[in-house]
Amino acid sequence: MKQETLIPKIGVVTDIRIDTPDVKTFRVVGLDGKKVFEHMPGQCAMLSIPGVGEGMFSITSSPTNTEFMEFSIKKCGCLTSWLHMMEVGQQVTIRGPYGNAFPVTTDFQGKDLLFIAGGIGLAPLRSVINYCRDKKDEFGSLHIIYGSRSKDDLVDYQEILDEWMTDDNVRVDLTIDREQEGWDGHVGFIPNFVKELKPDLNRTVLICGPPIMIKFTLDGLKELGFSEEQVYTTMELRMKCGIGKCGRCNIGDKYVCKDGPVFRFDALSELPNEY
Amino acid sequence: MKKVSRSSLDACFAAIAASQKLYLPVADGEKKRGAKYAPWFEGAVYSTAVNTVRSAKDFFFPQVEKMTRFKMDGKQIEVEDIRKENEDFVIFGVRACDAASFAILDSVYLSDPVDSFYQNRREHGLIMTMACGKPTETCFCSVFGIDAAEPAGDISCWMTEDTVYMQANTEKGEALLASLPMLEDAADDAAEETKAAIRQVLDKLPLKDLSTDAFGGDKLMKLFDSDKWNSLSEACLACGTCTFVCPTCQCYDIRDYDTGHGIERFRCWDSCMYSDFTLCAHGNTRTTQMQRFRQRFMHKLVYYPSNNNGTFGCVGCGRCLKSCPISMNIVKVMKTLGEGNE
Repeated sequence: MKQETLIPKIGVVTDIRIDTPDVKTFRVVGLDGKKVFEHMPGQCAMLSIPGVGEGMFSITSSPTNTEFMEFSIKKCGCLTSWLHMMEVGQQVTIRGPYGNAFPVTTDFQGKDLLFIAGGIGLAPLRSVINYCRDKKDEFGSLHIIYGSRSKDDLVDYQEILDEWMTDDNVRVDLTIDREQEGWDGHVGFIPNFVKELKPDLNRTVLICGPPIMIKFTLDGLKELGFSEEQVYTTMELRMKCGIGKCGRCNIGDKYVCKDGPVFRFDALSELPNEY
Repeated sequence: MKKVSRSSLDACFAAIAASQKLYLPVADGEKKRGAKYAPWFEGAVYSTAVNTVRSAKDFFFPQVEKMTRFKMDGKQIEVEDIRKENEDFVIFGVRACDAASFAILDSVYLSDPVDSFYQNRREHGLIMTMACGKPTETCFCSVFGIDAAEPAGDISCWMTEDTVYMQANTEKGEALLASLPMLEDAADDAAEETKAAIRQVLDKLPLKDLSTDAFGGDKLMKLFDSDKWNSLSEACLACGTCTFVCPTCQCYDIRDYDTGHGIERFRCWDSCMYSDFTLCAHGNTRTTQMQRFRQRFMHKLVYYPSNNNGTFGCVGCGRCLKSCPISMNIVKVMKTLGEGNE
């Protein structure tokens, strides 16, 4: 029989990192100990525990990582709660990669990039950030603005401190929503923080976070003088197949799983606001 | 072209069924319940009803199908590929609208990456279409450029009071006709009179002048933002009947079932009319029935054409006109939205 993308492969969870009270990062390899497949930054994979469910998750590790894939997953439903109960050695099913990717080999080449993430929205951007850090020569400087509800809800916090903040080519600005003991950084919501920081207008922007954050941040960026053509985001809707056939993740005539998840805002603004 | 007398049609069915599975429309219980496809059996009576209640999509895209089996053992999972090569089968009596719907399903399931479940059924199915002797007032296939007098398929058939004419359109069809000894040669234009009679009926159908001018991929935002969706969808019960009888509705769900000896993953028809169709952990992108109703018609009349060179995702079979409990349907939607928008 011909190959069938809907029939998954087996992945083994080899490491589990607790990021926040409700986010864990899972390291996954194939039964042979190698990566199950190659991907580009921004692409996703379908993970499943048979009998529990299957869901689409962005691959948070960079493709430049040749040993394994990582998924940062927030506990918020049936499947994700089950995934959070897993122990190292647990097998999952995995299929993909699905969707387009951020245009790292084309439009982003040579550009200064601005990453704006809220909460678990950092997950899909982390793949791009580490890809760009590993391929320094192909990109300009990186500016990361990341915020969360509290210090404890910052995903990848240790990696941010140890690796991103110590990278000369990377500037990181963090914020949390409310004052907190042990936090002497910025306090406030991301849209306002972005306006205060007044990032360079020549940067290409990647935003990911809760819909309401994206909306106000985009408005703020436009006020600052950014155009929709230089702002990208990545979407998430309910999916079953991942290949544009099961019919549920469309925004207008585009399927998020196949034509997305990465969209540029000028293209997105021509579509119905049904996301 | 070949022909066979209607009195020999049963022998023809028997000859086909001797080598492979043959399905044909038969009356479904009491006459008023309409017709359904059933496997041929000795004494089966071919129903000449204008169409079956359910479409012929079931043959290639069944309501439920098993996809994969998983064996779970502690932390370990084993994936079992349970796909099997299908056996050859013949569907007799498919109408022009349903035959056209296969091309629409093909554009979804056979585009890269190919759906091997669907593809396997398609490769093993042979379609014998039957021109519509009596198209009815709910038929509007001509609106979408479909000619009910000239149905597609591997073999096209025309029926008169005493004769059935058969024309092979593919090599597969040719081979089947050649294997049936009861067929006689007929002149290539033998069915012309029948076709002309059908076209006369088609010309008088009440919905033949339904206009598609207001629809298509380029009308996306104008139609999406129309305030007419509210009144159109007001009475919709969200029963999903329209999507189930529709020959071009192809959305599906994937679910797991614990058999007690492992997990079976199956897919089944789903409907954009249902509230959990787009339900995510972070909320729902279509929270009202208006939005779900709009999705169905926007898909057929705008989104699908946008991605398929202007071809509409409706074949005018009229099933939704007959089956909707509140008598709402694509014709009313097209008429209402089309007003003043041509």
